[in-house]
Amino acid sequence: MAKYVGASIKRVEDPRFIQGKGNYVANINLPNMAHVAIKRSPYGHARIKKINTKKATALPGVIAVFTGQDLIDGGVGKLPCGWNVPDIKVPTRWPLTVDKVRHVGDGVAVVVAETPYSAYDALDLIEVDYEPLPAVIDARKTTEKGAPLVHDDVPDNVSYTWAIGDKEAMEKAFAEAEHVVTLDLVNQRLIPNAMEPRAAVAQWSAATEEMTLWTTSQNPQPIRLLLSAFTLGIPENKLRVISPDVGGGFGSKIFHYPEEIIVPWVSRKINRPVKWVATRTESYMTDSHGRDHVTKSRMALKKDGTITGIHVQTWANQGAYLSTFAPLIPTALYLTLLSGLYKVKGIWGEMWGTLTNTVPVDAYRGAGRPEATYVVERLVDLAARDLGMDPADIRHKNFIPKEEFPYQTPVAFMYDSGDYDALFHKAMTMADYSALRRKQAEARKQGRLVGIGIVGSIESSGPAPSKVAGALGSAVGFWESGVIRVHPSGKVTALTGSHAHGQSHETTFAQVIADELGISMDDVEIVHGDTGRVPFGMGTYGSRSAAVGGSALVNAAKRVRQKAMKIAAHQLEAAEEDMVYDQESGKIYVHGSPGKAKSFGEVALAAYTAHNLPEGMEPGLEESAWYDPANFTFPNTCHIVQVEVDRDTGEVTIQRYVAVDDMGKVINPMIVEGQVVGGVAQGVGQALWEHGIYDENGQLLTGTLMEYAMPRAEAFPMIETARNETPSPHNPLGVKGAGEMGTITGTVAVANAVMDALAPLGVRHIDMPLTPEKIWRAMHKS
Amino acid sequence: MEQTVSITVNGVKRTHPVEPRMLLVHYLRDVLGLTGTNVGCDTSQCGSCTVILDGMAVKSCTVLAAQADGSSVMTIEGLAQDGKLHPLQQGFWEKHGLQCGFCTPGMIMAAVDLLQRNPHPTEAEIRHGIEGNICRCTGYQNIVLAIQAAAEMMG
Repeated sequence: MAKYVGASIKRVEDPRFIQGKGNYVANINLPNMAHVAIKRSPYGHARIKKINTKKATALPGVIAVFTGQDLIDGGVGKLPCGWNVPDIKVPTRWPLTVDKVRHVGDGVAVVVAETPYSAYDALDLIEVDYEPLPAVIDARKTTEKGAPLVHDDVPDNVSYTWAIGDKEAMEKAFAEAEHVVTLDLVNQRLIPNAMEPRAAVAQWSAATEEMTLWTTSQNPQPIRLLLSAFTLGIPENKLRVISPDVGGGFGSKIFHYPEEIIVPWVSRKINRPVKWVATRTESYMTDSHGRDHVTKSRMALKKDGTITGIHVQTWANQGAYLSTFAPLIPTALYLTLLSGLYKVKGIWGEMWGTLTNTVPVDAYRGAGRPEATYVVERLVDLAARDLGMDPADIRHKNFIPKEEFPYQTPVAFMYDSGDYDALFHKAMTMADYSALRRKQAEARKQGRLVGIGIVGSIESSGPAPSKVAGALGSAVGFWESGVIRVHPSGKVTALTGSHAHGQSHETTFAQVIADELGISMDDVEIVHGDTGRVPFGMGTYGSRSAAVGGSALVNAAKRVRQKAMKIAAHQLEAAEEDMVYDQESGKIYVHGSPGKAKSFGEVALAAYTAHNLPEGMEPGLEESAWYDPANFTFPNTCHIVQVEVDRDTGEVTIQRYVAVDDMGKVINPMIVEGQVVGGVAQGVGQALWEHGIYDENGQLLTGTLMEYAMPRAEAFPMIETARNETPSPHNPLGVKGAGEMGTITGTVAVANAVMDALAPLGVRHIDMPLTPEKIWRAMHKS
Repeated sequence: MEQTVSITVNGVKRTHPVEPRMLLVHYLRDVLGLTGTNVGCDTSQCGSCTVILDGMAVKSCTVLAAQADGSSVMTIEGLAQDGKLHPLQQGFWEKHGLQCGFCTPGMIMAAVDLLQRNPHPTEAEIRHGIEGNICRCTGYQNIVLAIQAAAEMMG
């Protein structure tokens, strides 16, 4: 019986954060440390004719100035792409560019100085002679004839294409359709905005030729591999990468960034510790952005609302270079989710990954899955409207029935488990859906614009079986490592290859391990984010930590338990199969004789004294496990939203938000609820406010928090949450992903609610964000 | 160039020469080593660097250290007294009012100011009171609950 798993335990990590003792990279100060600032392009697209660093170098306090060519001459390598679909063209990307700048913020030189203030002073003294070039920023227009080439060696600015599904079945569905819905849409560019700007500190030891890099990464081990094998050339066994406390990531801190190469390169060059901390403005113009799709879509239906076909064509803006996992997002995380919660045979999705003069686009919370959910759920809503059906009814009609799981979609995935009817029933009961509709009808009679959104969504979380990932283009595996180190005193240090930057691993993983071993949570310490302490691992993204990282730890703990049983059996002179391991107390005894038990601590000590171990058993009590998931997990949700649009101003107010999620078994309900609510807020941010905007010259118009609208506290009602648990059948914890469902569902739930509010005016679709101005214009056009 | 400033920080008077252009937040972090106050932006929008200056919440990236000469500053490090957490710290812990923790010190200091001015705020007043502080993780809900819980503890 679990004593911790399933309980809302207060977080272990909080005491340090609430007292200002978080160990973020920017807080690290080393003796004799120098400071780095980076000269960045003010142009979207320009040829570099000349760089003059003389004046900057002469400024007091400046140690050195280096250009991109200096770095290349000093041995740095090109940044690789980690996801290579067939026939992909990967454009060249150096840590600092040398020939052209290709987006605002592209780095051209680096200053190293005694203080950050003098480093920034010196930036202004670097003279770069640019020849501005025409820029291209739109995902689709960049492929048109005559568009400026972002990279000379990528014709038509198309880096790759990808398609999946059953094209023949799709064409048949549309040929035989009784009704067809079409929708052209833009899924706008978002800027992640983790509250901690990226940072890096490097310390070179000339004596041992070892480098230590502290970086704000969600996955320090893969970063070390990329640095060793591609970009910096320091061998893995001489390079330690540490991601200490990291202030949010949301995907944006997965990727290998130029500064992770520049900072250690400079540290070795000047033989001093070196620090770089991004300003927020730098974050805006260098952190990988999210979404940015231009899409044409259509849905085929029978008159009774049965969906028979879905066809999607998407131009996915990849920005000026391919970020580390960029091609994964609009391929295997996007087109593969076009089946949604529905049983549809004729699905065909195709996409073009295009280059533009914008910041590279990569995973941002949800990553491909919000975009897919947006397309499918918008189409379903429009179909319901056309056919005169309630949006809930058309969804019920098309759900994959509970008894058909595991269910094979026509777009690659085998959904593991789910009960969508029960999920919707629970959410609709909680929201009192029929009452909401009744009240909406009354409000409409009074001329008020009240709208209801009811959407369902699914996520492919917990990537991924390594074999499948490899077949889809991954350069890495997606297993996770876990080590349980039991010390002689019975205290436990658990090492995980996953990483926490808000997800609460130090709490939830301790809950899992303590229950498995029958010990107190206080005796379990979780270590993550340091290649010097933990084995190779893959880090955290795609809602994988519990399903993959947690499974590795639980399997390692099971091995510890098995060894402990063997030791206890030997010492109590009993057969191993007669032993009982009491997971409530951590006591091990012979069946029927609980009075004569060995405690976990006694067995641990015995393992290390090794005075009396079974014949042939090695001393020590430490076990590791490498867990490669059998499948993704498929969390699913039903969110119901009520909004009201102000008739005079077009402003949207969210009046009610109900979120019912199936995230499998839950380790800590309080933490999971926090993930859902936080995710919803980010999803709503895309629906109503957030938009990364470039002008036609490639100038970033939303370059600070003053122009980019972030969700703030006043915009939300209390979000009501509940769960509908169907355990994942293929991992030992039964868990599914919890971190991204809110974002995946929240965006389209609110968008559909607003469109429902505007339906009486005949408004069919407005591209996000649904700002008062856009709504007002649509209201007055209709 | 440099000028000397004396600032009482968390009850202790500190005197240092600083550049006139040095921001208060950099004085706290880089001169005094009080890294609990974080820098989240460069336009005074995010509120991560909020501290209490002479009794009022300010964004310490918007104040020069020289302007704070002779003043009293309280940072997150000065909030717990005699090893006992402040009710707001307790509230944030109990209600899961933080995830990555980066905005938390500023958020808590903004709430200190809010509860000083309005010891029993409504939900709407709390949401309005923290408009100047951005949190990307929590969706604010548990922060609101944390501040409510602290208000109750403080009576």
